[in-house]
Amino acid sequence: MKSGSKLEKILTAGEFALTGECGPPRNADPEAVRKKAQHLKGVVDAVNVTDNQTAVVRMSSWAASLILIQEGLEPNYQMVCRDRNRLAMQSDLMGSYALGIRNVVCLSGDHQKFGDHPEAKNVYDIDSMQLISMVKIMREEKRMNGGQEMEIPPRFFIGAAANPFADPFEFRVHRLAKKIAAGADFIQTQCIYNMAKFQKWLNQANDMGLTEKVYILAGVTPMKSVGMAKYMKNLVPGMDVPDEIIGRLTGVEKKQQSAEGIKICVEQIQQLREMKGVAGIHLMAIEWEERVPEIAEMAGLLPRPQV
Amino acid sequence: MIVAERKPLNDIVKMVEPYRKVLILGCKGCVTVCNAGGVKEVGILASALKIAAKKEGKELIVGERTLERQCDPEYIEQVKDVIGEYEAVVSIACGVGPQFLAERYPETDIFPGVNTEFMGGALAHGVWTERCAGCGACLVHNFGGYCPIARCSKSLLNGPCGGSADGKCEIDKNVDCVWHLIVEKLTRQGKLDNLLQVQPPKSWTTARDGGPRKVIREDLAQ
Amino acid sequence: MRLQYPSNVKIIQVPCSGRVDIIHLLRAVEDGADAVFVAGCLEGECHYLTGNLKARKRVNYVKKTLEELGIEPERVEMFNLSSGEGPRFAEIVREMVVRAKELGPSPIRISKAA
Repeated sequence: MKSGSKLEKILTAGEFALTGECGPPRNADPEAVRKKAQHLKGVVDAVNVTDNQTAVVRMSSWAASLILIQEGLEPNYQMVCRDRNRLAMQSDLMGSYALGIRNVVCLSGDHQKFGDHPEAKNVYDIDSMQLISMVKIMREEKRMNGGQEMEIPPRFFIGAAANPFADPFEFRVHRLAKKIAAGADFIQTQCIYNMAKFQKWLNQANDMGLTEKVYILAGVTPMKSVGMAKYMKNLVPGMDVPDEIIGRLTGVEKKQQSAEGIKICVEQIQQLREMKGVAGIHLMAIEWEERVPEIAEMAGLLPRPQV
Repeated sequence: MIVAERKPLNDIVKMVEPYRKVLILGCKGCVTVCNAGGVKEVGILASALKIAAKKEGKELIVGERTLERQCDPEYIEQVKDVIGEYEAVVSIACGVGPQFLAERYPETDIFPGVNTEFMGGALAHGVWTERCAGCGACLVHNFGGYCPIARCSKSLLNGPCGGSADGKCEIDKNVDCVWHLIVEKLTRQGKLDNLLQVQPPKSWTTARDGGPRKVIREDLAQ
Repeated sequence: MRLQYPSNVKIIQVPCSGRVDIIHLLRAVEDGADAVFVAGCLEGECHYLTGNLKARKRVNYVKKTLEELGIEPERVEMFNLSSGEGPRFAEIVREMVVRAKELGPSPIRISKAA
């Protein structure tokens, strides 16, 4: 066991994993986190806690992760490279491990231009690949990035992101290979709507033997409305939403759109589950956490395995 | 070249408001090449400031002079006999100019007339783009001749990130994703393997992060 | 053609409108001209190929500069016509004179007087 986390145990045992997501509030209110936690408790194996997602300032991910632990859930502590240099990162990694956090997800982070503090200086001292490497070395070699030895090192289960829909497409699977070589233990993909494209990428990953070396959790996000679908298609970087999804949502009455969105999501989960190399689902029901139990139920993912 | 752009006219008008005699100092170096601070631009700025002053019924005497460069003491020295006639100087050289002037002529109020932006080159007449961030440890040969520090919005050494779409950067459709260019070039050259090794974290000590920098040629320095 | 047009216009002849630069237009305004216009050949018919296109860009630059300084950009204008179009030239001159009258004396002249 690398970290001993529940997510690690479930994946290592060969069970189909289910992770959720929780965005911390844009203020200092712990209740906001606790409320979201209640919807996800017992329904998912671990919960991603985003780190100033889309460069919008929110309660720090380690703090919200700690609150989740207090509520009896396991967090996937996300860390982006945009806001912290390698000193702050290592410091936060040690601190969060000391507080009981065991899974970390290493990301680049959206450029601050997208967020609510576009005038800030960005950091990007190291990139996500280097961060993965750094976290692995801390765990395996008990050393900090500068070489210093740690008597008690943080020993995380390391996650990273993959976007099969970004360009250049041919390079994406090589990037995945690179992340695995750097030390990624599990991968969560950007939310999938274009099944064909995802299958193509997955086939490449299978052919290269990458799915034997890393656990891939396929990302899924239920659409609340056709407005949301269009927004994601046009305004979110790295997103691929085929017209047929838009079509299905426009094809029903406005009141029925959310139900149709859930239906599409469940179908996607069932499809993805059948694909070779998919070790689980990462369900990002952003600001819609209350529907996660129903989606998990309809997709046949409940009850969650006990390890 | 160092690429700069003239400050908004009204910013400069405000800067010179308290003065009656102002000298505009241009530079025949980089700012001439990027059409921001050469002889022509000195003339245009001088005329514009006089128009602005006349409009308010004020009189403004504007001197015009363009130096070879404003980053060498011998050229800065050339205005020593005339600078005393002016109350203020608007230097439209890059950021180095106003600083060299201010240090050499502490009695005169020196103002920057341009905003210095980046080290870059021309894509076409009238269009300049950033190419170098001055990191002090050039590695463009590892990336097919492209610089990911200057041209990647996140300065990734192991890019691209997930926001690269259609060869463009997520921050702006008009900005090329340099990692797309790097991958394409190395693929064409059959050298994609070069990108499969994880590039280690950069040492920023040679960049501005390490503090203000100096370069000395021992064989030339006294 | 001996066409009549207002006499309060000073004509400066240049071999090509592309010879006119930003500084010439600004100096005219600086010296108190109420209006300045550049008359160049029809687009596509410039003897030097792109001189008149450059002139138009420069006129636009000066318009922007004047606007920033709080002076009406309409005081500067670009026209295209063929050198054979005598009546059109007279028409343009009349148009600019009317425009100058409507805009009133240049703010520079007013302040000077004050």
